[in-house]
Amino acid sequence: MKRRYFIALLVAGSAAGGVARLEAATTREVEVIAEKFDYTPDMIKAKVGQPLTFVLTSVDRIHGFKMPDFGVRTDIVPGVDTRVTITPTKVGKFAYFCDVFCGDGHEEMAGTLVVEA
Amino acid sequence: MKQTDRRDFLKLAGMAGVTFTAGLFPGREAAAQAGGDFHFVQFSDTHWGYKGAANPDAEHTLEKAIVTVNGLAKQPDFIVFTGDLTHTTDDPKERRNRMKRVKEIIGELKVKDVRFMPGEHDASLDKGEAYKEIFGDTHYTFDHKGVHFIALDNVSDPGAKLGDEQLAWLAADLKKHKPDDRIVVLTHRPLFDLQPSWDWATADGAKAIDLLMPYQNVVVFYGHIHQENNHMTGHIAHHAAKSLVFPQATPGPDAPPRRPPPPPYDASQKNLGTRDISMAKAVTFVELPVTKA
Repeated sequence: MKRRYFIALLVAGSAAGGVARLEAATTREVEVIAEKFDYTPDMIKAKVGQPLTFVLTSVDRIHGFKMPDFGVRTDIVPGVDTRVTITPTKVGKFAYFCDVFCGDGHEEMAGTLVVEA
Repeated sequence: MKQTDRRDFLKLAGMAGVTFTAGLFPGREAAAQAGGDFHFVQFSDTHWGYKGAANPDAEHTLEKAIVTVNGLAKQPDFIVFTGDLTHTTDDPKERRNRMKRVKEIIGELKVKDVRFMPGEHDASLDKGEAYKEIFGDTHYTFDHKGVHFIALDNVSDPGAKLGDEQLAWLAADLKKHKPDDRIVVLTHRPLFDLQPSWDWATADGAKAIDLLMPYQNVVVFYGHIHQENNHMTGHIAHHAAKSLVFPQATPGPDAPPRRPPPPPYDASQKNLGTRDISMAKAVTFVELPVTKA
């Protein structure tokens, strides 16, 4: 698994005097491989407040990747690395699943994101 | 629904059962509905070709349901199939064989006015190509005794979309109707976000609901989720039907994030069936068992 880090500068201007605030956020990357009718891995752990980038690849056909709880979806096209970044804000278990019908077994093509404190 | 109406309807259906009544068509006065009383039967999710533990009897369940419907004391005016006629297969030839075979079996219905819609198992792998060859258009309208029926296709796009073209077609069709016209929408997937994490939704279904919202008397009948489900988006009622292959897990706020597998097979098949829908002052329906007791 590749890990890359970056520092995000968040500038929060105040109405009073434009006071800048510097925050550090570490983005974790996790590779997810899509293949009829599974994601590998199908269980990923994350932490509240830590950005997580899914690096999505497909080895056979176009699949989908959807996480309704985070308002994200994308196609996963073979031969292309597709990146989707989320930042969990609460503890819980959340599904990611294929939303491009891909055959007998499509309904089972899903995984779980486990967000911990 | 008045008690007399209920008794009449059960007599009409030819069997006792649990009748569901929603306050449907609330904006329509009885006087405006003269001549509109009729009933039709909804089949859904037959999944012809399925082989698995969730229904070891899958090869015969549809035939049994057809015998039951053929035995109704008063035959319906017409029958609708709201998708997933066949279980999906990667083999285009086998896909067509399954469609031809299920059409043959459906030919045993006494009622010959049968309206089909595709499900994702029928149409999502080839964008509806085989389905159109064998069953015809994937979206269309028809009128029956003063009720306007709209069949919507939210499965030929593998991403579960109606698409802009179909939405424009829907908008143009609706413009021909008065706000108090009686409208029934037939489709496969829920138009609203029933359980998004289980993919029980239509990607752009909200746009269709927005188009339907100005019309006061709209009811949606659909399939896909293999169980009864009744839901309101504003004044629009949405009713999901049982399947004829196997039930699915129950959705809800406490449901797990990933959809569980179907429950173990119940040989009584009480969680399968069809639905007899009566269009009178109110819309009512009764669930029909696979096999009449």
